[in-house]
Amino acid sequence: MSNRAHLTFTGKPFQFDAERDAEFEYLVKRYPTRESMILPALWLTQEQEGWVPGEAIAYIADRIGTFASQVYEAATFYTMYHLHPVGRNHICICRTLSCWLRGKQEIVDYLAGEIGIRPGEVSEDGRFSLEEVECLGHCGTAPVVQVNGEFHENMDVEKLKQLLAGLP
Amino acid sequence: MEVKVLSAKFDIADAHLLEVAKQHGAYATLEKLFAMPPADVIDEVKNSGLRGRGGAGFPAGLKWSFLPKGLDKPVYLAVNSDESEPATFKDRYILTRDPHLLIEGIIICCWAIGCHDCYIYIRGEYTTQRKALQKAIDEAYDAGYLGEKVAGQDFRLDVTVHRGAGAYVCGEETALLESVEGRKGQPRSKPPFPAVAGLYGCPTIINNVQTIASLPFIIANGADAYKAYGTEKSPGTHLFGISGHVERPGMYELPLGLPLLEVIDKVAGGVWKARKLKAVIPGGSSTPVLTPEEAATTTLDYESMAAHKTMFGSGGIVVLDETVDMVRLVKNLIDFYHHESCGQCTPCREGLGWMLKIVKQLLNGEGTTADIDLLRELCDNIEMKTVCVLSAACTMPVRSYLDKFRPEFEAYAADRAKTEAA
Repeated sequence: MSNRAHLTFTGKPFQFDAERDAEFEYLVKRYPTRESMILPALWLTQEQEGWVPGEAIAYIADRIGTFASQVYEAATFYTMYHLHPVGRNHICICRTLSCWLRGKQEIVDYLAGEIGIRPGEVSEDGRFSLEEVECLGHCGTAPVVQVNGEFHENMDVEKLKQLLAGLP
Repeated sequence: MEVKVLSAKFDIADAHLLEVAKQHGAYATLEKLFAMPPADVIDEVKNSGLRGRGGAGFPAGLKWSFLPKGLDKPVYLAVNSDESEPATFKDRYILTRDPHLLIEGIIICCWAIGCHDCYIYIRGEYTTQRKALQKAIDEAYDAGYLGEKVAGQDFRLDVTVHRGAGAYVCGEETALLESVEGRKGQPRSKPPFPAVAGLYGCPTIINNVQTIASLPFIIANGADAYKAYGTEKSPGTHLFGISGHVERPGMYELPLGLPLLEVIDKVAGGVWKARKLKAVIPGGSSTPVLTPEEAATTTLDYESMAAHKTMFGSGGIVVLDETVDMVRLVKNLIDFYHHESCGQCTPCREGLGWMLKIVKQLLNGEGTTADIDLLRELCDNIEMKTVCVLSAACTMPVRSYLDKFRPEFEAYAADRAKTEAA
């Protein structure tokens, strides 16, 4: 288990934009209970904001008609929901078995030296954040790195340099 | 050695698009399907001997037959696309290269079990894969293969993709259902089994992506054609993922029953860098490890794996070369399962943390041989004392490394003895 108890508040009200609002109303009809929308609504929030601000918890609970504690429970249990802002480029490095066997540590060490960020940190300029994650399901092309959801396979330090240079 | 049953369209350009997939036979089984009474479809699948491809290997047709008859409740199908067991990377090829094969399989299964609402639970990390799958589902709706009248028949079927968000435990059937219902993924006590009371309290079948994708071949060609592949007790083909220290890691479709070492050599190019083989993990990280001597007599089927006191699992083979430090590998494994424990049961939540602490102590040169015994004892005390098998997925392999590579653990313990003597 990981410790993810704390929410971060922005001090600003939260609501879905028109696109997410429409997506919410479309999805809610596909489930027999409204509680099933808790995970999808958290995803919509993260797509819109890049993370899940504390204010979104009560908003989602209201939209669904459930307790905020239930939304909080899901938001804090599932590790892909970012409970605080991440960098413009969120880098996930797989640390599990096959990626570990094929040299993921060299990539982690390079990032620590080059950008100065360790897993769990955001760079000072906000350009990068780094997370070591469990198996990403790309063991045959290990080690694998995921940047903002896009997979980059058969990674090594040279390829990573090129990748980083091309990121905004 | 490779065969093309499930992967028949994997190498065809743009086969993920409906138009191309149809040119190569997609949805061609539906005419035959809708002429078959559902009970006949179940019988055909039972006769094919198809076993669940998620890891447990439970016969698929038998699972379907556990649905209670004559209930006034909807029946649900949940397709398990959580694919999170380390070393498992097979289902995503179906999702991206031939998603219509999966949708066709879903139609077959739903017709057989009388289901009108299917949820595909896909792990949150599979971003591009989810998009590919959703695009195929949208195409299938537009073409009338999903919706109010499937292929013009008086049969409604809706398919919804539900995204997980980074929890390995949601690959466990009932944790998956909890997650769809909007809760944290904590497995349910069984019985009742999902076939009786599953999603929203209704009868539910949960099948792995590869299991469902095997159905079109079985319906199109018959159970005997499927049984022509594999062994008597392990019929059919499987998408094997070979990773770790081999020259050509990757996903390969093979009939079941082939010799393990021959597959590693001929299909995956053998151990990389001309190094010696140290061990093989045969079916995902939770399966007990095999020494080269054991691997030499193992074949890739359920019965041979059981005879070697390990498991076929998800078909995720990991090859370890002579340089691997088994104590560090065990730490990597325990790290994973400890992180993924849902926290519901004390033996798992606390016990895996305790195991991790002991291995870290050993690695730091602060452990003793008594710690190795304690680690072994913990494995016995944690296993099967929890609601689900996540803890066993950790203790079973760890025990195998302790028993088969104990001198490596003792060498770390000796480090402390040396330090103290100095």
